[in-house]
Amino acid sequence: MFAIYKKEMRSYFINAIGYVYIAVFLAISAFVCCFTTLQMQSYDVSTYFIIMICALVVLIPLLTMKLFSEERKLRTEQLLLTAPVTITGMVVAKFFAAMTMFAGTVLFSCINFYPLYKLADEARAADEYAEITSALGPNTAILTGNVIGILLVGAAFVSVGLFISALTENQLVAAVSTMGIILAMIVIGLLKGLINNYAIRFVLSWISVLDRFNYFSYGIFDFNALLYYISICSVFIFLTIRVYEKRRWG
Amino acid sequence: MIKIDHLIKRYGTNYAVDDISFSVGEGEIVGFLGPNGAGKSTTMNILTGYLSATSGTVTVGGIDVLENPLEAKKLIGFLPEQPPLYLDMTVEEYLNFGYDLKNCKLNRVKHLREICEVVKITDVYHRVIRNLSKGYRQRVGIAQALIGNPKIIIFDEPTVGLDPKQIIEIRNLIRNLGRDHTVILSTHILQEVQAVCDRIVIINKGKIVADELTENITRAVDTKRRFNVKIAGPQREVLSMLKSKPGIVYAEALAERDGDAYTYMIESEVGVDIRKNLFYTLAEKNWPMIGLEALGMSLEDIFITIVDHSEEKKKMRGRVSVEKKVAQSVMQATAEKQSSAATDAQESE
Repeated sequence: MFAIYKKEMRSYFINAIGYVYIAVFLAISAFVCCFTTLQMQSYDVSTYFIIMICALVVLIPLLTMKLFSEERKLRTEQLLLTAPVTITGMVVAKFFAAMTMFAGTVLFSCINFYPLYKLADEARAADEYAEITSALGPNTAILTGNVIGILLVGAAFVSVGLFISALTENQLVAAVSTMGIILAMIVIGLLKGLINNYAIRFVLSWISVLDRFNYFSYGIFDFNALLYYISICSVFIFLTIRVYEKRRWG
Repeated sequence: MIKIDHLIKRYGTNYAVDDISFSVGEGEIVGFLGPNGAGKSTTMNILTGYLSATSGTVTVGGIDVLENPLEAKKLIGFLPEQPPLYLDMTVEEYLNFGYDLKNCKLNRVKHLREICEVVKITDVYHRVIRNLSKGYRQRVGIAQALIGNPKIIIFDEPTVGLDPKQIIEIRNLIRNLGRDHTVILSTHILQEVQAVCDRIVIINKGKIVADELTENITRAVDTKRRFNVKIAGPQREVLSMLKSKPGIVYAEALAERDGDAYTYMIESEVGVDIRKNLFYTLAEKNWPMIGLEALGMSLEDIFITIVDHSEEKKKMRGRVSVEKKVAQSVMQATAEKQSSAATDAQESE
């Protein structure tokens, strides 16, 4: 299982895809960060994270599209499935490889917030009424909450991408379908506001990935939401395993 | 070592493998022979745990593949029809991945170096697989199957797409592997099994048609000796002499002419070597024999006819020995071939 994880990690970096993903992610995050905070003269990062979640629509498929589809196309899955590794081990290894890439870039992109702290320090130093402005600067609790939140949302998206990749041989089909489904998962949350019927709203909010993100964006660690995201990941990982089991049984 | 018992694999109403049973002993090289779509690959995929069976059991080294796949897979090295290569890795990376994947406990550097020497890929060890030729890719695939020194090695059509020199090398390699591994080899090339295997299992439409030692099948063809003889002399008289000659059970003139010489196909009685006797007889009559060609060694004929006749065989009662059937089939096939050749020749004249 660890061998597969290692192989996946390596394959991100011997192909262009890993670098493309990291570059695009960091470029978007830097741009969005500049635009939503520095440009707006604000220390509030919540818009930044909402926009980044929307950017995941494009970014996550880059990570997940080839996980299984390429193996299937090149018939290398035969190597994995005839090796002494369980299907679960294989799927989980691939999930964690994609997650490592995702989490790594998210954490790395946190350097975007350094200028905010720096600015706040300078503003405080320059201000003679330090008592009043001591609240100036980004709120670290909210920041941390948001980062944890985006990691969980991302994990849910990665598991979706993983599942879709197992369904097709074609990377492009996998990428586009993943984009569509992730987009739908985001849009459902927004759609909810337009519907009056309580029952439908209740169901939609249950499916909506963004709804669960709210508490994190206030800097509150929401245990329910954590469970929710873990469930989503488990469900899609389970479905992926079933896809392989089913194919085995023909 | 390997035991397959009443194995069935069904896709919908279509039986890919229909009630197959056979076993392979330790250190045996078994050739799995059949036309395309006969169920060879399916059987191998089930054996390696890639597919599961609809019913039946497969045990490898005493371990049930379907019940305890992880343990069973440790005993098997597998080269699928299309070698499962990661094209963007170097050979080194790929083999190291295989080593990790199989959780191999042998000394990494030494073991991989040995394998590379066996399959002769040491000189491409640091190259990217994408840039390797077909022959080298195939060998890298074989190297992958050898990692961890598995007791059983399964090759699915290992020589497809290789040039003749490479084919010979790979065959030699497989024969060498057979010394201390159990090897199963699937192919639709008959010379291959004849050259490499101890035993041949012939499969068609998901059923086993024959399961015999290679030498038995070869001997079966040899029991009746058939020749094409080219004799200079009057055709009708020569033919009547041949037909009446003791020791010859069948003679026929073929529509082949070389100056005043004609070609005849003869078949001698079992265990009689007619050649010397025939030579002296002809010399006496002053009809020089200018050519003698032995026929019927081709496994191709056996194969085609066995496969064709497997349908009829089902209807037959009792068990007809394969040897007898083979001999009959070969006779028929050759006769048909010759007569069709004769008609062709007549038409061209």
